[in-house]
Amino acid sequence: MAKELISKIPEGPLAEKWTEHKAHMRVVNPGNKRKLDIIVVGTGLGGASAAASLGELGYNVKIFCISDSPRRAHSIAAQGGINAAKNYQNDNDSVYRLFYETIKGGDYRAREANVYRLAQVSNNIIDQCVAQGVPFAREYGGLLANRSFGGATVSRTFYARGQTGQQLLLGAYAALNRQIAEGTVKSYPRHEMLDVVLINGEAKGIIARNLVTGEIERFGAHAVVIATGGYGNTYFLSTNAMNSNGSAAWQCYKKGACFANPCYAQIHPTCIPVHGDQQCKLTLMSESLRNDGRIWVPKKLEDVAKLRKKEILPSDIAEEDRDYYLERRYPAFGNLVPRDVASRAAKERCDAGFGVNETGLAVFLDFKTAIDRIGEDKVRERYGNLFQMYEKITGTNPYKQPMMIYPAIHYTMGGIWVDYNLMTTVPGLYAIGEANFSDHGANRLGASALMQGLADGYFVLPATIGDYLASHFKDPKTDTNAPEFVEAEKAVVEKINKLLSIKGKRSVDSIHKELGHIMWEYVGMARSAEGLKEGIEKIKALRAEFWQNVYVAGDNFEFNQELEKALRLADFLEIGELMARDALNRNESCGGHFRVESQTEDGETKRDDENYMYVAAWEYQGEDVEPLLHKEPLIYENIKIATRNYKD
Amino acid sequence: MDFKLKIWRQKNAKAKGHFETYEVHDIEEDASFLEMLDILNEQLIREGIDPVAVDKGCQNSGPVSFDHDCREGICGACSLYIDGRAHGPDDEVTTCQLFMRKFKDGATITVEPWRSKGFPVIKDLVVNRGAYDKILQAGGYISVRTGGVPDANSIPVPKPAADESMDAAACIGCGACAATCKNGSAMLFVAARVSSLALLPQGRVEAARRAKAMVAKMDELGFGACTNTRACEMECPKHITVNHIARLNREFLSAKFKD
Repeated sequence: MAKELISKIPEGPLAEKWTEHKAHMRVVNPGNKRKLDIIVVGTGLGGASAAASLGELGYNVKIFCISDSPRRAHSIAAQGGINAAKNYQNDNDSVYRLFYETIKGGDYRAREANVYRLAQVSNNIIDQCVAQGVPFAREYGGLLANRSFGGATVSRTFYARGQTGQQLLLGAYAALNRQIAEGTVKSYPRHEMLDVVLINGEAKGIIARNLVTGEIERFGAHAVVIATGGYGNTYFLSTNAMNSNGSAAWQCYKKGACFANPCYAQIHPTCIPVHGDQQCKLTLMSESLRNDGRIWVPKKLEDVAKLRKKEILPSDIAEEDRDYYLERRYPAFGNLVPRDVASRAAKERCDAGFGVNETGLAVFLDFKTAIDRIGEDKVRERYGNLFQMYEKITGTNPYKQPMMIYPAIHYTMGGIWVDYNLMTTVPGLYAIGEANFSDHGANRLGASALMQGLADGYFVLPATIGDYLASHFKDPKTDTNAPEFVEAEKAVVEKINKLLSIKGKRSVDSIHKELGHIMWEYVGMARSAEGLKEGIEKIKALRAEFWQNVYVAGDNFEFNQELEKALRLADFLEIGELMARDALNRNESCGGHFRVESQTEDGETKRDDENYMYVAAWEYQGEDVEPLLHKEPLIYENIKIATRNYKD
Repeated sequence: MDFKLKIWRQKNAKAKGHFETYEVHDIEEDASFLEMLDILNEQLIREGIDPVAVDKGCQNSGPVSFDHDCREGICGACSLYIDGRAHGPDDEVTTCQLFMRKFKDGATITVEPWRSKGFPVIKDLVVNRGAYDKILQAGGYISVRTGGVPDANSIPVPKPAADESMDAAACIGCGACAATCKNGSAMLFVAARVSSLALLPQGRVEAARRAKAMVAKMDELGFGACTNTRACEMECPKHITVNHIARLNREFLSAKFKD
């Protein structure tokens, strides 16, 4: 049965769509809300803010997370900031400008109406967070401070030192704690969702594994919200937390939710370079550093050779022998070009042999100009914790010598397809935050992930889910003894037993690392038809190897991290293939997706609006059957489509 | 670099634990402590796979379980007691940000879980820190609903107050303070939250109620009393100072006087 994509974008002028839509949505009366159960999976910015807001409204909420506390979700690691169209700087910012720059930054591959709504509610988010006691940076007058981020022409990013994600998450987590104390939300830490349960085609619950005891448990509800983040760890090495995974989203896909634009993965330009083959995690250095840091490599190859042999220090290289290549190529935006542009430019210089460390895969991020201009103290105040982190990891003092950075996988713009109400193609199943595909197009701008997670959780979902539940408030409590639950649980148990019984020769991590190499090589920063086809074959072969030769230590009924990893890897091995398939289908370059066949003479991305101005939503058709591609055309009525230009 | 590792192994909460000793070789000095444990685990898994090793009686308890996630020092998941110090021999870092260059080649390193009444062991080096969530649920928030709040700039906050609030808000809830305290007190954790909110005008309204509720919950959950040894401050990976404990005491006492 083929799904139909109905985006449900409201009629009317862009600026009035959301207000009008809200005005006409149905609501559930307070007495009936108490009878309705909602499951939220994931406790990052999206999940925590959604669960707290839904609890406040009076619904019965159950919230699940894989870590020992909701506060550890990976939103906590976001450093730089959160965008909002407050125009506190009087630099002529507006909802329209934030909307426009987000669409442009996403290379014209995001839905207009969603992005406009995001820009509209951005201001409410800042108000909300301040009221919760988030200690945003302030000016001496006591009012909020801002900084600039890549792809933006104004200063609209609010921040809390280099720990903005942490502070926003602690705000949402505090709101969640308040609801847990009041009894409207029940929290299930160390629980991992392993399947979503559908009854008569509607999402009615989940199957979860208690990670401490290994027990498989059933949970019923009237609606299920997926807020489990992205699938960047398909690449093994990424800036994602070690336990971040795509499994919850993937189970939704396998139960009929379409998966949109899987090939859109963001490669962040400012990460600490890989140091050896024992590494399992890459560390991000916030994009905010590009406000004051200048990116360069030497102009002369002989200087590169000396640097690699450690015969000279970066500071020994004269100003005129440095190539500030972003400032050279993109004079209008300079070091603050969007992430995809900065990443490709670094790769271009390193491919040309100018990489500055032993592996040849690093460029400099230099603060000398800023230190000379505003002084070391000011720089310390702005980025102190980031500089300290850099020094701890690398053993180099970035106040004295420039940082070394290189691009790494950071965020996935693709995700579960949702309509304007954030509902997937499965009724009653919602996806919010990074887990959905909706707002960032082919490239996310810095400081927009936090904005989207909180917009969805605080302001969008609590309104839209009511419209769905208004026609379900008479439904009885979901019976977790229904055959659909029994069957789903059985399938989960069989999968676990199969994994434990293989007793092969390879560890889970060794296979995951191999998958990561395939992904980086064939589905990484530069993709070609030939390479993608080869990649798909390699992933399939590795998946077969996994199911025949993996060794999962330990048992089911215990705390077993190897089993957790194996279950997640089983899904990454399928997600990777869909990413490659989507990348192969999209024979154009846009945002983070770069097809070598589609570039301009000077190596910039070349979009093909005539053939690819659509959302690619894939529908599962069964194991080892090619998925079905649906196309949701993208219609731009309010902005003029242009070539993304950061040069002038 | 080569190391000998003495690691606490405990099958589950009820089982009796013991130390096992392992050797790891050729570790890069730029490797993090947790990467070193990853390598050990890969080695233990390989030994488990290898039938020859098993035949020779090379029995091991399988890979070592330990909590970890972001590996950049912010999520607060990692929680190892290394050579008698919470988060190991470096200052102001979490375990994941501890690097092997901080150890001497050939050293024997002892690795234990957090030891505190408030944090029972789940397995090996993994403990249950649910008590910290419960303390925050008792009052570690400002009671505002979503929506219906004033414009963000309508509440000016003096920069020094905002900065100090941020200093306290940097707490990652890792548990090092309680694990390192001889009394097993969670005072620094509680103080960080109370202080962070009490410094802001938005948080003042409930400051007294918050301090009382959180301290009462901490006591109820079996954490010990604070005797100002300042060990917590020494081991806090986020450099949260005992000044915040002073502020908590002030809030707590003034609340009690008003009762």
